[in-house]
Amino acid sequence: MQPLTLEFPVSAEDFSHAGEASGAVKKTLKDLGFSPAVIRRVSVAMYEAEINMVIHANGGVITATICPDKITVVFADAGPGIPNIDLAMQEGYSTASETVRDLGFGAGMGLPNIKKYSDSLDIKTELGVGTTLTITINV
Amino acid sequence: MEKFAHSVTLDTDLCKGCTNCVKRCPMEAIRVRDKKARIIKERCIDCGECIRLCPHHAKKAVVDSLEVLKNYDYTVALPAPTLYGQFKDLQDRNYLLTALKKIGFDDVFEVSVAAEAVSAATRKELAENNLKLPVISSACPTVLRIIRVRFPSLLPNLLEFHTPMEISARWARNIAAKKTGLPRDRIGCIFIAPCTAKVTSIKATLGTEKSEVDAVISISEVYPKLVSALKTIKEPENLARSGPLGVGWAVSGGECICTGNPNYLAADGMENVIHILEALEDEKLTKVDFIELNACVGGCVGGVLTVENPFIAKSRLNRLMGMAAPAIPMDDIPPIKSMVWDQSIEFDPVLRLDADVSTAITKLNRIKELEERFNGMDCGACGAPSCHALAEDIVGGWAQEDQCIFLIREKIQKLLNNGDDEAGKEPIE
Repeated sequence: MQPLTLEFPVSAEDFSHAGEASGAVKKTLKDLGFSPAVIRRVSVAMYEAEINMVIHANGGVITATICPDKITVVFADAGPGIPNIDLAMQEGYSTASETVRDLGFGAGMGLPNIKKYSDSLDIKTELGVGTTLTITINV
Repeated sequence: MEKFAHSVTLDTDLCKGCTNCVKRCPMEAIRVRDKKARIIKERCIDCGECIRLCPHHAKKAVVDSLEVLKNYDYTVALPAPTLYGQFKDLQDRNYLLTALKKIGFDDVFEVSVAAEAVSAATRKELAENNLKLPVISSACPTVLRIIRVRFPSLLPNLLEFHTPMEISARWARNIAAKKTGLPRDRIGCIFIAPCTAKVTSIKATLGTEKSEVDAVISISEVYPKLVSALKTIKEPENLARSGPLGVGWAVSGGECICTGNPNYLAADGMENVIHILEALEDEKLTKVDFIELNACVGGCVGGVLTVENPFIAKSRLNRLMGMAAPAIPMDDIPPIKSMVWDQSIEFDPVLRLDADVSTAITKLNRIKELEERFNGMDCGACGAPSCHALAEDIVGGWAQEDQCIFLIREKIQKLLNNGDDEAGKEPIE
């Protein structure tokens, strides 16, 4: 059985559209019959990662691969990269600009939440080149 | 309970097979086949949008008529509060309630009285912290049905009280049985409805096995008769019993105000309802304790069986709400226990591609392949609301590729381009 692959380009500035990718995946998972619990974990983790792409990385590409027992989502960007991953994983730590915080984002809970809701989180990053996040949720 | 009883029907003579209802149905539940619209029963949630939209008036509501009064020895009218806002110069609800008796009912019971009882019970539950917050009102039958098929994770948030319509039928029957001594089944409790969803809610009831409402008549049918009857009334009978709060239920936000809790959200119109449900599912709604959702714009005053513009009706209701009325004696009120659902509402997976996830994934892959070959215009010429829907229908076995006029056009183009050799070969079906 061939897994289902969905790809979404994420554009840079548009906060009002942020969340479209995670929304589309949520709908697909409902149509496929995954449980509400799994859908919720994927939605929350995806949303946080998608927002991070918009806030910090000027957008990128999201690729979701759906199998009956596992959902893997890759977030690949050509942004600035993450200087200190341990610091970034700390709750409350954020490098978001003031404007972004004024909009209600950048509370510093993104990566910690992603880790909480997923079964594995892999971060590959290179300063000045970009970051790739791979999130796995087991069904 | 009949699983798929619906209250929308099609007059096939008037249907032109256009795409208006197909494109706008919020559940993508309509297809055009053989030039006629067909509703997919499993997906229909009785919102009435297709009735509202049809430019040829081919979509019709299935309702009972006043003829149904003949089936009972004693009839009680249960007017939805929406009815009050339909009339131009109504000064006092008692005129309208008296007019209902003039057109054939033996008695009247204001549904807004039962609404106030539901609100009182809701306030109590909220105060005792018995409810999963935010609570979602279950008064709109269409909202119940869309949650059941599309947002099952929100089922635990539903307020599990019967609707004011249902409770008023039980209450009115208690009063009538006591008053007349007639057997309960000889008494007809008949709701006067603003919409088709209310009809469905008594034919295929959720929350209990069978509704106690005997029949549903549309506001649009009784309106002309009531207008004539109103003219004949000199001295109205004293029949009004509801306070202003119950009357307010006819308007979006009216039920929220009754909770006494300022942390509420009221949304109306199907697109808005869906947005709010999605946001709630994504946990984006914070600091909201009570949510009121109405499929119709403006609330029940916007129902498809009303005769007046919802905003005009609302402004009239504001005036009528100011009227004081004697309180109703609570002797015959059904016990609180019977106001609560005795059947839970379960998820109905009609939108799921397959019961088995692997098979569903395989199907969705095939759907995506097909979709890539279609034009992507979502033109509706194939009879489906979108290219994705047609692909889904084909994989499900209910449609053919050749329904897509762009694929046909490609085939014709190819044949033409192949030159004279190919001319005269089998025609496209």
